[in-house]
Amino acid sequence: MPSIPILKSREAQIHTKGEKPFDMTCGKHSVAGSVSQRACVFCGSRVVLYPIADALHLIHGPIGCAAYTWDIRGALSSGPQLHRLSFSTDLRERDVIFGGEKKLEAALDELIDQYKPKAAFVYSTCIVGIIGDDVAAVCSKMQAKKGIPVLPVHSEGFKGTKKDGYKAACDALFKLVGKGSTEDVSPISINILGEFNIGGEAWLIKEYYERMGVQVVSVMTGDGRVDEIGKSHGAALNVVQCSGALTFLAEMMKEEYDTPYIRVSYIGIDDMAKSLYDVAARFPDNPEIMERTRKIVREEVEAILPELNGIRKDLEGKKAAIYVGGAFKAFSLIKALNYLGMKVVLVGSQTGNKEDYKTLQEMCDDGTIILDDANPLELSKYIIEKDADLFIGGVKERPIAFKMGIGFCDHNHERKIPLAGFRGMLAFAREVHTSVTSPVWQFCPARLGNKEE
Amino acid sequence: MLLRHTPTEIKERKALTVNPAKTCQPIGAMYASLGIHGCLPHSHGSQGCYAYHRSALTRHFKEPVVAATSAFTEGASVFGGQANLLQSIDNIFTVYNPDVIAVHTTCLSETIGDDIPQIVAKARADGKAPAGKYIIHANTPSYVGSHVTGYSNMVKAMVDYFATSTGAKTKAVNLIPGFVEPSDMAEIQRIAEVMGVPYIMFPDTSKVLNGPLTGKYKMFPEGGTTIEDLHMTGDSKGTIALGRTGAMAAARALDSKCKVPCEILDLPIGLQGTDAFVDKLRLMAGVNVPDVLNLERGQLVDCISDWHQYLYGKRVGVVGDPDQVLALTKFLVSLDMKPVHIVSGSPAGKKYVKALEEVVADIGEEVNIKVPGDMLLFHQWIKNDPVDLIIGNTYCKYIAKDEDIPMVRHGFPIYDRMGHSYFSTMGYRGAMRLMEQILGVLMDRQDRDATDITMELVM
Ligand code: SF4
Ligand code: SF4
Repeated sequence: MPSIPILKSREAQIHTKGEKPFDMTCGKHSVAGSVSQRACVFCGSRVVLYPIADALHLIHGPIGCAAYTWDIRGALSSGPQLHRLSFSTDLRERDVIFGGEKKLEAALDELIDQYKPKAAFVYSTCIVGIIGDDVAAVCSKMQAKKGIPVLPVHSEGFKGTKKDGYKAACDALFKLVGKGSTEDVSPISINILGEFNIGGEAWLIKEYYERMGVQVVSVMTGDGRVDEIGKSHGAALNVVQCSGALTFLAEMMKEEYDTPYIRVSYIGIDDMAKSLYDVAARFPDNPEIMERTRKIVREEVEAILPELNGIRKDLEGKKAAIYVGGAFKAFSLIKALNYLGMKVVLVGSQTGNKEDYKTLQEMCDDGTIILDDANPLELSKYIIEKDADLFIGGVKERPIAFKMGIGFCDHNHERKIPLAGFRGMLAFAREVHTSVTSPVWQFCPARLGNKEE
Repeated sequence: MLLRHTPTEIKERKALTVNPAKTCQPIGAMYASLGIHGCLPHSHGSQGCYAYHRSALTRHFKEPVVAATSAFTEGASVFGGQANLLQSIDNIFTVYNPDVIAVHTTCLSETIGDDIPQIVAKARADGKAPAGKYIIHANTPSYVGSHVTGYSNMVKAMVDYFATSTGAKTKAVNLIPGFVEPSDMAEIQRIAEVMGVPYIMFPDTSKVLNGPLTGKYKMFPEGGTTIEDLHMTGDSKGTIALGRTGAMAAARALDSKCKVPCEILDLPIGLQGTDAFVDKLRLMAGVNVPDVLNLERGQLVDCISDWHQYLYGKRVGVVGDPDQVLALTKFLVSLDMKPVHIVSGSPAGKKYVKALEEVVADIGEEVNIKVPGDMLLFHQWIKNDPVDLIIGNTYCKYIAKDEDIPMVRHGFPIYDRMGHSYFSTMGYRGAMRLMEQILGVLMDRQDRDATDITMELVM
């Protein structure tokens, strides 16, 4: 494999564990001219708020931003489907010159009358930031006129990274919190934060907690409803999933409502079990909760173990590369893959911070490549060098893996099956197994080449 | 009932697009750039747009789609993107080493008014663009036009930057396809080849976005029009542009720049569309139509006569890009079908609408046409006045499911089926494929709805 030039400015974002002292540079804006796999602030806000199904999501800007986010996320709703439509002010040249406020107002007027949503989110995209529309003013005017929360989401793409989009989304969500009555909220209750119900995952997770005897007041934002968010401040605990898109909100709720929070992950057996036990431990006055939790974990694990063990036999010793959005997810994936007998040879993220990378390198074996904000050339180089059998990533990574003739598992928006929870672990194992052991690889040049060696 | 929110009452909406039937310019420019060999498309703006454009193309083609971005920050948005673009150019040639960088703008860099040629000239002066390497650009603000406009602008840029005339004319014919699939580009080339016509096609995304699995990841795949060929387009005998909105601008530019006469045709969809193309090619190149094409044509006519009874009178809703919709509608009318609801998301002008109206003038029914329109309106029309068949991109499937209407996927994007990038719907063979798809869904429907009594084995 001929080596590829690595940009000087990116050198500090790529490490091989065990080679030199570990000090990852991260959280940087992508370098101009890079083929980064990262998205923008708007993308961050949109993915967080997307699953709130009884709200209106209006994208204020030219058409593209709305077109590309039209129902791409697969966050399921058990009721309304309003979130799956695409609403845009479709700014034209005239609006860019004269301003888009009038158009925005008219659009909101029409849409709120038509669809009677519980709340409206108005996303401002890059161009709106530049032409200087006062979106907040239009929103508060419409809020007064229509009597529903109309919330500006300041998500101009250029104003930072995807993470800043999470923050903008949390700011908007926070305005909904505390609006409802907490009368029917039990003292033994939680909110689930940062679970977007892709493939129905939120339903799985919620069911575990409810079986434990814990009330789930709101899932933010999986299968989300405005009213549930409104009373979420009544919950005893916030349970924040993964990389912390919603950590900002948990912080704000802690500050304002004194709601404590814990961070958990629902990926893999160990982390899933721990996230149930951690919640149970929060209610020590009700020991029956812990008892029930143990029973649930036992039952759920027993149910999947025989098949998992079978799969493990085939996967033992295979190598995996991980490149995902959040670093927290990477931690769980490493554990889940280890459980399947696989070895992680490359791991990277789009949004990890220093802490995250430290944890990552502690979890990995020597020789593992750890990288931040990678490009396809780097990814393909290391995947071949490390002879990976599986690549875990998102939309843009899938065809790259396939071109190299190795298995792939989507751990982003494109998947259709739940990968969280115990049953999710089984689904994950099946998907990895299916892809890695696919008969197609015997016809593939990379594999043929390897055999000849 | 995913679209349960669609109201039947149709109101004029001025401020609002619901469920767009188009997307923005840069993605079209990105797609066109990928049709130059060794080219890295570059998005001058913030990185969100470009991430979406890459994802959308990746989803449609199921192929790696690379491009670079200037990764605007707040600073760039206020002070202009010159520093970013200069750094980009430097980084790109250092790390990825393409033959060409094709820069397109986004809404953002357009609005702040970055002057790309001036920045590129500075990059050259600063020695950031090595000798023998090219940087071209197209302006693609998305608050004007649509993805088709972006495609057209980038194809025109290929002419502006590369076409040169040496004074000596060659025998080649330039072929400029509109925003069509890689498979369509390959089919158009095949027709030229069997006719023995020397040609230069640009852009050419075949083998770029439908490449083989080789065991290696190649940033710049085999396919694509070479720079040398692009230079030579100025010496060609003539140009055939397929599609007014996608390909005409480049053909016209080539005519005025290098005096290469051009003919503008519809996309070669269906019997008449293909006939027109083959005939133009024959005349321009001075060749005869070979037997194999006559055979294909005859087979198509045969198929139409065999199956016409199942197509005749069927009412169709068509939605898609302007060039596609026009050519497709002509084909449907020639099959005795009735396209009654027609929407294109991209603006295409009054003349276009008139051309469309003429095509459907004699079908004996009121026809709804809206250009530009959106999918909400399309759905409302169908709700109020149902059809037997929907032809359009993947997003139509919500309508098809909710209204229980058979559907054929055609156009961009198609996220949920394979085939479009490998099997063309152009030329005589492509027309047969389209018919096969249409008949397939109509007859599946007939079988599904048949009672024990009306179930037929032979159809
Ligand atoms: S800002 Fe413009 S270029 Fe970017 S995605 Fe939105 S519409 Fe497209
Ligand atoms: S215009 Fe801005 S907000 Fe829209 S996709 Fe591009 S970067 Fe994101």
